[in-house]
Amino acid sequence: MIAVQPALESLTILIAEDSAADRMLLSSIVRRQGHQVLTAANGAEAVEVFRLQCPQLVLMDAMMPVMDGFEAARQIKALAGETLVPIIFLTSLSESEALARCLEVGGDDFLAKPYNQVILSAKIKAMDRLRRLQATVLQQRDQIARHHEYLLNEQRVAKAVFDKVAHSGCLNAPNIRYLQSPYALFNGDLLLAAFTPAGDMHVLLGDFTGHGLPAAVGAMPLAEVFYGMTAKGYGLAETLREMNAKLKRILPVDMFCCATLLCLSVQRRSVEVWNGGMPDGYLHSMATGERTPLTARHLPLGVLNSQAFDDRTEVFPMALGDRVFLLSDGVIDTCDANEQLFGVQRLQEVFALNRQPDALFEEIERALRDFGGEARDDVSMVEISLLEPARLNPPAVVYSDSGQSCPLDWSVSFEFRAATLKRFNPLPYLLQLLQEVHGLRAQSGALYSVLAELYSNALEHGVLGLDSGLKRDASGFTRYYQQRNVRLDELQDGFVRVHLQVTPEGEGGCLAICVEDSGKGFDVERVLERPLDPVRLSGRGVSLIRQLGRNASWSDDGRSARVEFYWEALA
Amino acid sequence: MADTHLDPDVLSALQEVMEGEYPILVDTFLADSEQRLQLLKQAADATQILETAHSFKGSSSNMGAIRLADLCHELELKAQGQNLSGAEALVAEIDREFAFVRPLYEEERRRSLSASLIIRR
Repeated sequence: MIAVQPALESLTILIAEDSAADRMLLSSIVRRQGHQVLTAANGAEAVEVFRLQCPQLVLMDAMMPVMDGFEAARQIKALAGETLVPIIFLTSLSESEALARCLEVGGDDFLAKPYNQVILSAKIKAMDRLRRLQATVLQQRDQIARHHEYLLNEQRVAKAVFDKVAHSGCLNAPNIRYLQSPYALFNGDLLLAAFTPAGDMHVLLGDFTGHGLPAAVGAMPLAEVFYGMTAKGYGLAETLREMNAKLKRILPVDMFCCATLLCLSVQRRSVEVWNGGMPDGYLHSMATGERTPLTARHLPLGVLNSQAFDDRTEVFPMALGDRVFLLSDGVIDTCDANEQLFGVQRLQEVFALNRQPDALFEEIERALRDFGGEARDDVSMVEISLLEPARLNPPAVVYSDSGQSCPLDWSVSFEFRAATLKRFNPLPYLLQLLQEVHGLRAQSGALYSVLAELYSNALEHGVLGLDSGLKRDASGFTRYYQQRNVRLDELQDGFVRVHLQVTPEGEGGCLAICVEDSGKGFDVERVLERPLDPVRLSGRGVSLIRQLGRNASWSDDGRSARVEFYWEALA
Repeated sequence: MADTHLDPDVLSALQEVMEGEYPILVDTFLADSEQRLQLLKQAADATQILETAHSFKGSSSNMGAIRLADLCHELELKAQGQNLSGAEALVAEIDREFAFVRPLYEEERRRSLSASLIIRR
């Protein structure tokens, strides 16, 4: 709002007039009206006085010697720049051509001779109002510009911080392609990826409600949970629970985060999916060309309390080279000039026309541009393909302890019973325990994979009695994981026991892992007769365990599995 | 008779605005006018006549010299049209008109000075 200014404020007014009598008369009139007066007898003097004393208003005779009023007005306007210094031409010019010239050089009004005090006073007041209005507009413009600059700076600083916390993890891995505006975070879009200790890959594409800084704030805790828990070996379910609980606790009610979380496992040739409120993702099979939608089955993160939150995931088989494509709603919500949405239909048309899988992003972008004509900055897309483990390089874990206090001769036994098996994943704890043994750290990936395989065998085939033969084809695969969820929910009895034994051997040592379960066991001879084949979907991961560990053996009709790991002297 | 030459309302307004400085304003106007009259008599081209007549017209009108301002305006228009025939006669007419109003202004100045002296007592 423009504040009402006091009606009578003293201005400094320059009077440029070559006629001494007129100059004197006008000075007296203006002074009597309460203003300060500066005088000049020609245009050059007027410009000089203006330069030195910056009057707020100029009364300018048009015809003057040395430099006329037109040239003086032009120069004064140039000196004043953005500030409005009204110039009232003093003239008895009667022909319109000269009057037009006054306006052309920047004159704001005219005053004819003989001078009329009342009219002069009214004109000075009117010009003063204009002058103030202009000053206010400039002030507000500068203020807006400052605020804008401030906001951008805040975003730059915030982005720098977020980039550290919500860093992109392993987004530069060769199996990931993504497209995101550098300031996507401030549209609430978040893309994270990290390797698990077993070499699986977790990927999260999230979309917070709202825009700007508020939308970005939630990204920090979410990223912390994602990276922290992934690195420790937690599965999707535990990570999701923790993320949901944390967001629920810290975000206001109207803020939440739509998200799709993936776990891609090369070893199991599968992708595990949880989609809460995001658009359908797609699993693209290279063999059949089929695209399986990964549909939202849950509410977004941060909506439900911990009791009501559903962490159930879906698991799909994935062959090497298959791709998972995720996108933010910025893609399908892109509008054309008539507010029509791009929509899923058009996206699928782009899919259908796609011949070169690597060109998909560009084709979608082109389709969006052709449709909406305007690029949005909240379009996020990511595509992850399943590659041979050798082509991925999970980063080496950096340990901060010295190794001096490393325990070398111990054993421990756990028994996890039904109620625990339902909702607790002991693997991160076991892994952490084993990482105290420095000699094992070099093979922690293999160790973790074997431990995870032994544990899920004991739980799924042993305790839950699931038939691994189901996983031979894609539909059986889905059925298998549906049954797993159902049986786990209904589980009343049963146990999984884990024995770990570390013994020193010369300068190195040996770890023996033994996992027992309460299930019915299996025909060990028949399974072991099969050739080693890491690609098989079924088969209890026996091949994997035999390849990664040493002296793998099964006893008690398959109810007890044992495998060893050795290490040499540390350098 | 004097009213077609000098506007009494303008004069009293000037006196009110200028207060003690009124005699100086009158002196200044008379000196300015003297100068302009000389310029008009010596003027070599239309532009010079135009500019001088224009300023002379302006200050005359401010000082309430109605007929003098009208004559200057007439001369200005002539100069503007580049038609200087009869300009000399017009300058002579302006000269006569100024000679007529000059004593009237001097009388004004005296009256104003004595009035202010009376007030000062």
